[in-house]
Amino acid sequence: MSTLLQHQAKFSGSIATPAPIPLREVMPWALFGGLMMLLAIYFVGVEEGALSVFAGSYVHEYVHDARHLLGFPCH
Amino acid sequence: MAGKLLFKGMLAGLIASLLIFCFLRVFGEPPLERAIAFEEQAESAVPHAHAPEVAAAEPELVSRQTQAGFGLLTGVLAYGAAVGGLFAIAFAFANGRLGALGPRTTTLLLAAVGLIALVLVPALKYPPNPPAVGSGDTIDARTQLYFVMMGFSLFTAVAALITGRRLWMSLGDWRAFVLPAGVYVATIALALAALPSVNEVPETFPTDALWAFRAASLTGHVIFWAALAVAFAAIQTRSPKARSREHISA
Ligand SMILES: [Zn+2]
Repeated sequence: MSTLLQHQAKFSGSIATPAPIPLREVMPWALFGGLMMLLAIYFVGVEEGALSVFAGSYVHEYVHDARHLLGFPCH
Repeated sequence: MAGKLLFKGMLAGLIASLLIFCFLRVFGEPPLERAIAFEEQAESAVPHAHAPEVAAAEPELVSRQTQAGFGLLTGVLAYGAAVGGLFAIAFAFANGRLGALGPRTTTLLLAAVGLIALVLVPALKYPPNPPAVGSGDTIDARTQLYFVMMGFSLFTAVAALITGRRLWMSLGDWRAFVLPAGVYVATIALALAALPSVNEVPETFPTDALWAFRAASLTGHVIFWAALAVAFAAIQTRSPKARSREHISA
């Protein structure tokens, strides 16, 4: 049923309100994907600053310009 | 469906971040270099506070050239793909649930909310800073405050969005936009007043370099969210005809 609605929404252009993706289908992607995305942001923005997963400061130094220019707190 | 969407969001984020890599490389690196020059000058001017062996045991792990080149590229791409992915997840929740909005309008609305709530509002309290401005002793507190401000701003914005949708269902007019927006602004004003300020800019730090750095950083974010929205909408709404042609030829 929902796939039929999605199908219709897809092919009727932007006139109709699209059928929402069922929450049950979104949730696992939101949890797993969201965690992965936040992890990536953590490594660019925080790692070897306020918190550290790896010893040393190689990750911090490598992404250092991005960290400052993206607005994360640094030194 | 949701998985494909996540992939599309990451792709749009990569495209947008390639664009801002070029921008930041041209407009962000010069003030950043000036900040590093200031830092080195300040360090050499003061007789060494550190023990000499501590200072000597600080080799350059990554060259400035790499930091400003591949380092910046890697950081910006990872950040862009991740924000694009999170954007797609937000889109998967919002699309078709915000009243009678088409996918393009939802994309634009979410990108505007993302730019305001995640970048512009937190920057009002904790603006981006070049090197030599923050103290190493306060990095923990500054990091916490930054993410508290960002989290609070996002939470309030999502609440305003959901309230706006409900009001639109019941009232159906301009009040559905003005009321939640007003509550958002008032709540943010309270948070801005309540959270402690951080100002660690050295007195002799070149003001124009600070200004240029912050302008470059914020403009970069504006370009990023605009490009993310356009790229995501373009990937999303590629004509069904083109898609079915691809299927046939594949
Ligand atoms: Zn730094």
